[in-house]
Amino acid sequence: MTAELSARSDALAYVHPDKSGLFAYVVSLADDSLIAAQRMGHWIAAAPQIEEDIALGNIALDLLGQARSLLTYAGQVEAAATGTPCDEDSLAYFRDERDFLNVHLVERGHGGPGGEPGSDFGVTMARLLILSTYQFGLYTALQSSTDETLAAIAAKAVKEVDYHRDHATMWVLRLGDGTAESHAKVQAALDAEWPYVEELFDNSYIDPSLLESRAAVDPSGLRDVWQRRVASVVDQATLTLPVVPPAVTGGRRGIHTEQMGFLLAEMQHLARSHPGATW
Amino acid sequence: MVNDVIERRRDAADLSTGEAPEVYDAVAGVLDPEVPVLTIEDLGILRDVREDANGHVHVQITPTYSGCPAMEAIRDDIVSALSKVGRTEVTVEFVLAPAWTTDWMSDAGKLKLREYGIAPPQPRDSQPRDDSPISLTLTVRCTLCGSPDTRELSRFGSTACKSLWVCNACKEPFDYFKAI
Repeated sequence: MTAELSARSDALAYVHPDKSGLFAYVVSLADDSLIAAQRMGHWIAAAPQIEEDIALGNIALDLLGQARSLLTYAGQVEAAATGTPCDEDSLAYFRDERDFLNVHLVERGHGGPGGEPGSDFGVTMARLLILSTYQFGLYTALQSSTDETLAAIAAKAVKEVDYHRDHATMWVLRLGDGTAESHAKVQAALDAEWPYVEELFDNSYIDPSLLESRAAVDPSGLRDVWQRRVASVVDQATLTLPVVPPAVTGGRRGIHTEQMGFLLAEMQHLARSHPGATW
Repeated sequence: MVNDVIERRRDAADLSTGEAPEVYDAVAGVLDPEVPVLTIEDLGILRDVREDANGHVHVQITPTYSGCPAMEAIRDDIVSALSKVGRTEVTVEFVLAPAWTTDWMSDAGKLKLREYGIAPPQPRDSQPRDDSPISLTLTVRCTLCGSPDTRELSRFGSTACKSLWVCNACKEPFDYFKAI
C-alpha cells in the first residue's frame, strides 16, 4: 500500500530543480499563453453577445494551441535532459503553482472571476490589447530564433496573435470612443492592467547564453515598439496612457498572485483526480 | 509552392520511392472534418507522403491554426484511409515549418469552398502587415447572391479558420475563410 502510494505520487509530482535554461524560457512563453487561454475561457457562454462569445473562444483556442506546441517542445527538452518522459499534459496538469512561469498580467481575474457576475469586458479587452501587442512583437522577432522549433512555432503564432491584436484594437476603439460610461470603464481597466506591463519586458530571468545565441528574444528590446503601437490605439480611442508605478511581481520566478491557485485548481483537478483519463 | 512539390512527388512517386499511387491517393482524398468538401490536399495541409522499403507509410501534415482541434481527427482519418489500401504501419507527423498559409489552398479547393457557401480566402500579400491599427481587407463577395456589398460581422467564426460576414444586399450571413 505504502509502496503503491509512493509510486503514484512520484508519477504525479512534477519537480523541476532549477528555473533556468531553455526549458524555463520555453515554459515561460507557454505559460503566458496557457494561463491567458484558461482565463479567457471563462467567458465562453457568458460573453456580452454571441459573436463575442465565439471570438473569445477562438482566441483562447489559438492561445491554447500555442501553449500546446510550446509545452510539447519544453517536454522534449526536459526529457532529453533528465531521461524521464515529459509531455504537454504532464507539464500543464502536474506542475504546481511555483513551477508556473507566466506573468501576473494573464493570471488575474477579469475584474471578477472572468465571465462570472462582476467580471468586466473592458478589462478583458484592455488586457488583450496589452498581451497581443506584446506577443505580436515577440513572435515576430522569435521567427528569426536560432532555435528551429521556436522559430517554427513563432511563425505560426504570429499570424494568430495579429488577429487577436486587431480584435482588441477594434474593441478598445469602440469602448474608448463610445459612451461616457464605456470610456470611463475601459480607462479604469487600462489603469488597472498597466502596473503589470513591465513584467512582460523583464529579461532578467532568461539564461544569458540563450540571448547570446539568439535562441531567445530579449523582451526588453520590444518595449519601445510595443509602447508606440499601444499608444496609437489608446490615443485614437480618446483614452489616456496610464502613468502608474509597476506592480511587484514575480511570475517568472514562480511567485504568483492569490488568484493563480484557484485558476490551477480548476484547470488541473480533472487530470489529477483521474490520472490518465481519456475521452 | 508546396502544392507544386506534392504535385511533382505524385508524378514521380512510383519511380522515386516505389510507393503505389493508391497510397498517395488514399491520403490525399481525406476530407477536412470541418469543411467536408475540401480534401487535405485541396486545403494545402498535406506536406508529404512516403512509403519506406518496409511498407511503413510516413505522412506529414501541418495545422492551419495552432489550436486546430481537427488535427487529431484528420490523423485518425488518414490511418483509416490507409488501412483500406492495406497499409497498417502508418506514422502521421505534424510539422510546423513553414507555417501554413491560405495561399496553399488549391484553385479547385477554392471553387469547392465557394460552391459550399464559404467565401474562399483572398490571396495574401507576402509582405508583413503594417502597423496601422486595423488592417484593410478587400471586399468579400456574398456566396449566395454574389454581391460585393458585404460587411464583416465578426473576425471570428464557427471555426478558427473562418470569420463571419453578412451581405448588405440579400441580408444573409455567410462564412469567409480568413486569409492568413
